Order: sequence, then structure tokens, then C-alpha cells
Amino acid sequence: MSFPWAKQYQPTTELGKFMDSRLPLPRFVHGALGAGYPTPKNLNYFYNFGVLAGVALVIQIITGVVLGMHYAANVAVAFDSVEHIMRDVNSGWMMRYMHAVGASFFFGVVYVHIFRGLYYGSYKPPREVLWMLGLVIFLLMMATAFMGYVLVWGQMSFWGATVITGLFSAIPLVGNVIQTWLLGGFAPDNATLNRFFSLHYLLPFVIFGVIILHVWSLHIPGSNNPTGVDVKGPQDTVPFHPYYTAKDFFGLGVYLTLFAAVVFFAPNALGEADNYIPANSLSTPAHIVPEWYFWPFYAILRAFTTDFLFIPAKLWGVIAMFASILLLFFLPWLDTSPVRSNSYRPLNRILFWVFVAVCLVLGVCGGKPAAEPWVRLSQVLTAYYFAHFLIITPLVSRFEKTLPLPSSISDAVLAKYGKTPTGGSGGLGGAAAQPAE
Amino acid sequence: MASETRLPLDNSLAPEGERRRDFLYVATGAFAAAGAAAVVVPLVNQMNPSADVLALASIDLDLTAIQPGQAVVVSWRGKPVFARQLTPAEIADANKVDVSTLRDPQTLADRTKPGNEKWLITLGVCTHLGCVPLGAREGEKRGDFGGYFCPCHGSQYDTAGRIRGGPAPTNLEVPSYAFKSPTSVTIG
Amino acid sequence: MIRLGALGLGLLFVITVLWGAIQPRDVVPEDPVEKLHLHPKEIAWTHNGPGNLGVLGTFDRKQLQRGFQVYKEICSACHSINRIAFRDLAALGFSEPEVKAIAAQYEVASIDDKTGEPATRTATPADKFPLNYPNEIAARAAQNGAYPPDLSLMTKAREDGVNYVHSLLTGYADAPANWTVPDGLYYNPYFKSLNIAMPPPLAADDQITYADGTKATREQMSKDVTAFLTWTAEPKLEARKETGVAAIIFLLILTGLGYLSYRKVWADIKGKARSNVVDNV
Repeated sequence: MSFPWAKQYQPTTELGKFMDSRLPLPRFVHGALGAGYPTPKNLNYFYNFGVLAGVALVIQIITGVVLGMHYAANVAVAFDSVEHIMRDVNSGWMMRYMHAVGASFFFGVVYVHIFRGLYYGSYKPPREVLWMLGLVIFLLMMATAFMGYVLVWGQMSFWGATVITGLFSAIPLVGNVIQTWLLGGFAPDNATLNRFFSLHYLLPFVIFGVIILHVWSLHIPGSNNPTGVDVKGPQDTVPFHPYYTAKDFFGLGVYLTLFAAVVFFAPNALGEADNYIPANSLSTPAHIVPEWYFWPFYAILRAFTTDFLFIPAKLWGVIAMFASILLLFFLPWLDTSPVRSNSYRPLNRILFWVFVAVCLVLGVCGGKPAAEPWVRLSQVLTAYYFAHFLIITPLVSRFEKTLPLPSSISDAVLAKYGKTPTGGSGGLGGAAAQPAE
Repeated sequence: MASETRLPLDNSLAPEGERRRDFLYVATGAFAAAGAAAVVVPLVNQMNPSADVLALASIDLDLTAIQPGQAVVVSWRGKPVFARQLTPAEIADANKVDVSTLRDPQTLADRTKPGNEKWLITLGVCTHLGCVPLGAREGEKRGDFGGYFCPCHGSQYDTAGRIRGGPAPTNLEVPSYAFKSPTSVTIG
Repeated sequence: MIRLGALGLGLLFVITVLWGAIQPRDVVPEDPVEKLHLHPKEIAWTHNGPGNLGVLGTFDRKQLQRGFQVYKEICSACHSINRIAFRDLAALGFSEPEVKAIAAQYEVASIDDKTGEPATRTATPADKFPLNYPNEIAARAAQNGAYPPDLSLMTKAREDGVNYVHSLLTGYADAPANWTVPDGLYYNPYFKSLNIAMPPPLAADDQITYADGTKATREQMSKDVTAFLTWTAEPKLEARKETGVAAIIFLLILTGLGYLSYRKVWADIKGKARSNVVDNV
């Protein structure tokens, strides 16, 4: 595509030639995921997670379509229809557990994918739009997952819907009107369930569309790599197929094995017992929590406990929670360091791991009841979360002394195997590692 | 881990290596294909009737209340079933037809249980395109042959439920059933 | 400009949230319920397999049948298992005539053929166990304000539900001196509010006589009915674990083949990189 040495698609069969001049779909796939996409040859296993996320979405769509054939989006029978799937539908229990566990795995994979991008500076020029499209996918996933959780119409579904739509009631003047509009009533009811089902069915296909844009914008500059150094020539790349298809296939095997272990041996480990109680609008469970993948954001929401600057605490929490994700859209302009990879940014690398720890502990706080010491802890960590992106990152990127970069990807690979950096011997590296084709 | 010394060895045995490599790829691909096929089975099977639907696949029917010449309509697997007690005249009518002239040649005896020829139990589903024929309920049109009449496209069935006129290709289907006692049957 | 704005916004968020963090906290008095509440006892179950890990394991059919007997003779006085159909009992090892006979002991709602009025009829295997009360209001009215929940999903609807049910059934005790139990309620440290409206259901050994001759101690009855309720909540448990073992074995082999293929595909690239280093040093 954008690399002149990319392998050109050559149709070999008559049918291939026929199609190529009419609908060049094989040519498109060849260029996107086939031998026609030159990929840096030094990608590590963290670069598997993009493909894994795609597979996770496909699993969700397939199992979801199946569940949709048996699910009934009506408050009178929604919970019963889920139990009907679990008990009477052929293999229904498997479909439902795969869908429920699959949502958790999808988020897990996407979080690794996001943090990989953060570590190796994949959001930096020229990949800003790629990064932002990824964030759009993340936001759509959150909306989809939330609405899917409501469909079960258990206690957590109902009260989750109440609480999350309640966020919008924090908006001054029009908040209550907006909440009522979202719910189609004054509390979650049939109208809510029906619209959530409709949107829950729609959004995955929107996500699929944005993924196509995401991959399109990936192919313009090509993949980033652990050194963060640009591809200099053919010696730096290998064709995506068979090299990375083989590696992704292996990664997928590992992923599916872990997935199967949870689906078949601990399918309810990531869920809440309360959601096996049918929704009851007159009784709230003692301890309302969202699913684990929302916990860090839930902790940020609850961290704002005092009115400040005439803005009530509730509104602060809502603003901060949305801001915590939206600020990621500005990251390419907040981090101005010319060095992409944290492998060559010693200070920022430490700060990255501190940030990972902060997010994990925020997650723990979000899963706990709103009591001390968790509230105070989440307040300090929330402060760090915002400081990390809005204050520390811009400053560090300006003043940090970075390590010397390898002159090329090939050089870095040679250095790794030779155990001694080869310095400026770019010519040697270039001659050494021609991709075998 | 491959060592530096292995590489020339690999090169010298290139044809052998090629063959082994091909076998590995084929085995991996075949295994993946088998896995995909195993996943397709439940995905297809989930569309088959679920356990609660299958549980309703057989029903018991009490015949005591059905007078000669009357019929009842009951629901079986979501479809109507006509259970009729034929009058002696209707039986005679059905038996005097020359079977060889029929579109779907069957005698009344073929369509009933031995000793219970007066009980005609058929699906109430026209074999043309699946409408419910008239004639089972009191006062409904029973067609030119005194059996059932399908209002959709005008198929005519006789007193044995056999097709006699109109577009339907075959006689009204007789479900599998058995007499539990002289006055009660299990359908399905 | 963006960075300047970010700095301002960042300081605003940081100051606001930390302002909340330095506010003095009200002293929360210790919750007496929290102090007395007990977590369920960890018990080994056959359906949890070796090591009680939950990976393997099957139900003990005899135990499920005994548990069903406990449910039928004791629990069913107040609690329904409305998500279970009589036909499902075949999974407990009951034959078809036995299932039919059990179903025939129950009446389910129906409609009179002639009049169209609500009526009842004898249940068939296709029917589900009937509800004890048509709705929650009727249940509370009949039960002195308490609501006996449907038990079909109980072992999944509570944290650590299987152990919880067994602990609750055997956990009735005298209230400690500093705890007063309101009239008509019973002290049970495994219940979330400690005061449970359900009278001790398994009051004495040999409360029922097991058909298979097992001695009906309270512990035994509790374990049996808990196993039964584990089955009602997760009837596909055995199929799930069997499928899981097959799936994992298959995936491990596939992953192994995938790894070998991956190594083969990359052999020339990695081999060349290594050999060139050696050649050129």
C-alpha cells in the first residue's frame, strides 16, 4: 500500500483474474491482512491483541445473533427467556456463557491493546486518527456492554440502568428531562428494555464499521513497532502473511484456551449473583457495582464528594468520568516527545508503570463499597490519573532526556540477537536481514 | 531454540524440510477446520426445537364427548388436529369410492386404526399450502364430498379426508397416534 | 495552547478531588450486623470435582433424589421451584413413569374447555412446578409479611450460593447477648440481616425418612437439598464441564500445532538474523 516494496497481488486462477477486474476483493484482503501488507518484523506478542479484539467482536456478534433468536425483550418475560435459553434451548447455556464471558474478555483484550499503544507511543504522529478511532470503538463498546447487561433484566440490570441513566440527571436544568427521555419513562421499564435491545443489536455493527476505518488508517502509515522507529526499507519488514497470520493464529489459540477455561469452568466468576434475581423496582441490592471493566471509571465517578466552585459533587463526578476518557483524544498533542517507544524514554517508562498501577488500584476501589479507606484512596488516585495525562505527560515529554534510538528496526533486531548494539552499522543490518520471500 | 549451526543443516536437507513443513501446515489447518466444524454444530442445532417444545410433542385426547358426525379441533405441535367420529353413512360413502380413481389412492382402512374405523384423526392442514380447511366445526362448509373444504384455494376432501378436488396434491395427513383405551388416544 | 489548557484543566480536577479527600470524615459507627455476620462455610461437593476446584465433577444422582425428597416434604410448603419442569426430573435418574407419577401429584392452572373459566388440571411432565402463591403480595399476605422466594436459582443468586444455602440451613443459633431478635424472626448469622423470617426448616434428625435408607441427619438433609438446588440452578453443569474438558484438550493441541507452525514460518527470518550476527562479528 504505502510501501513501494509491498508485494503486488497477482491473480493466478481464471476466476481470480475475472474477479480482480470486476470486484477486487481478494486484492483488498491481500493488501489489508495478506502478503501485500509489509509489517515491521520486530512486533512482539502485545501486537497480537488487535487481531484478538477483532476475533472477540466476531464471537460476540455470532453468539449474540444466536441469543437474539431466543431472547424476548419484554419486562414480563425477559428474565424467563434468558433462563429458557439456559435450560431448554439446544446448547443455549453455552451461547449465553460465551456471550457473557466474551464481553469481559473483549474488554480485557482491548485494555491490553490500549496500554500497548500507550507504551509504544502508537498514538503519536502520524497515527493520531488511528488512535482516536480506537477510542471511538472503546466508547461504543462501553455503551453496548452496558445495554447488553440490562437485557438480562435481573436486579443488577435494573439498578445499573437506573444508576447509569441517573448520571445524566446531573446535567443542570435539563438533566431530569434527559434521563426521562433516555428511559422512555420515569424508571427503567418496557420502553427502556426495548430500546436497549434495539441499540445493543445495532451498535456492534457500528463498531465493526469503525474497525474498518481503524484498520484503514492503520495501513496508511503501517504498523508501529516496539522500537517506535519508522520502517526504513524492505529489510525492516516481513509480509503480514504468513509471518503475522501464523503468529496471530498461535496467539488466538492461547486466547481461546483461556476463554474456554472460564466459559466452561467458571462462567459466573466475573458476574454478580444479584443478577440471578429478577428485577424488582421496589428493592435495591445492598451493593451495586457495574461489571469489572467499568470499575476504574466508577471509582472516578464516586471520587468527587464535595461541591466546589458552585458545581455540585454529583456533576463533578459525571464530568470527571467522561473527561477521563475524552482526554485520551488529546493525548497525541499532550505528549510532544519525538520518541515514540517507552523503551527509549527511561523516565516516562517508570511513569507508565505507575499509571498502570494507578488504573488497577482504581479498579479495585471501584469494585468496593463507597466507604473508607476506598473513597480516600480513589480520590488520591483519581487526582493522579488526571495529573498524569494533563500535567505530567506534557512536562515530561518536554524535559525528559531520551536514550539514543537505533538507526533502524533491523539494527535493533541485530542488537537483540548479537547482544551488543551495533551502533551506526545500518548498512550491515540492511544487508543482513532481507525478508525471505 | 534454533542454533546457528542448525541453519546449514536445514539448508542441505531442504527437500526433506519442505515436506515436513508442508505436513505441519496441513495438520494445523486441518485441525483448525475440524474445530470450526465442531463449533458450527451447536450454532445450527440451537435452531432446532428446544426441550420445552419437544415436551409438548405428544398430547392425550379424550374421545368420549365426540358424537357421531361431530369433530373436535385440538392443537398439536402448534397445528390443528381434526378428530372426527364418522357416521355409518359417511363410512359407507368413503368405502364405495373406487380407490384407483383417486389422486392419492388410500382406503378408509388405510387411514384409520383396525377396529376403530369410525375414528378419523387427521391434521387440519391442507396439503396444498397449509391453510386450515373448513368442516370440523358445527355449521361449517364441508365441500362437495362431505368432508372438509379448504377456503384458500378450494381443495375438496371427502369423508375419509382424501383429496377429491382442487389443487391439493395429497390426502390430509394422518398423524402417528395410538389408542390408549377405546375412548382415548395419544397423538404424537 | 492545548498543553496550557490541559494544565489548567488538570489542576482544576486535581484540586477539586483532593479538596474532597482532605475533608474530615464522619466517624462511621461500627455496624453490629457486620460484626456478627458470617461467611458461608466451605464444603466439598461432588459437583466441584477433585480438590473442590469446580473444574471437573458430576452430580450424585442418589443425593439429588434425596434432595428432591427434602425439598418436596419440607421446603415446598412455602417455596416453589417454578423454573423446573417435571420432565427435567428425568436428569435425576427418575424413569418416565416415575416422572409422570410425580407430575400427577400437582395441579396446574388451566382453562375449562367448556366454559373458558380459569380452572386447574393435573400436571403433565411438560408442565413446570407450580408457584405456591400467584404473586409476591399474596405470598406476604399468607406468610405474615415474609416472602419465601422461588428456589430455582437460589444457589446462583447469592454470593458463594451453594455453600451459603447449606450454611444457612444448618446455621440457626441462639442470638448473642448484645443482639435482640424481633418477634417472629429467627437468628441466623449467615443471613444478611441476621434476622430471618424462615423458621429453622431442618429442626431435627430423622425429620423425614429417606426412600434409600440413608440416615436423615440435619447435616445430611441440608447437603442433599443444597445439591438438589445446585442442580435446579445449573441443570447443564455436567454437560458444561464435559464440553469444557474436550474443548480445552482440543485447543491445547491446536495451540501447540499453531506454535510449531509459527516457529517454522519464522525460522528463516530468525535464523538469518542470528547467523548473520555470528558471521559478521
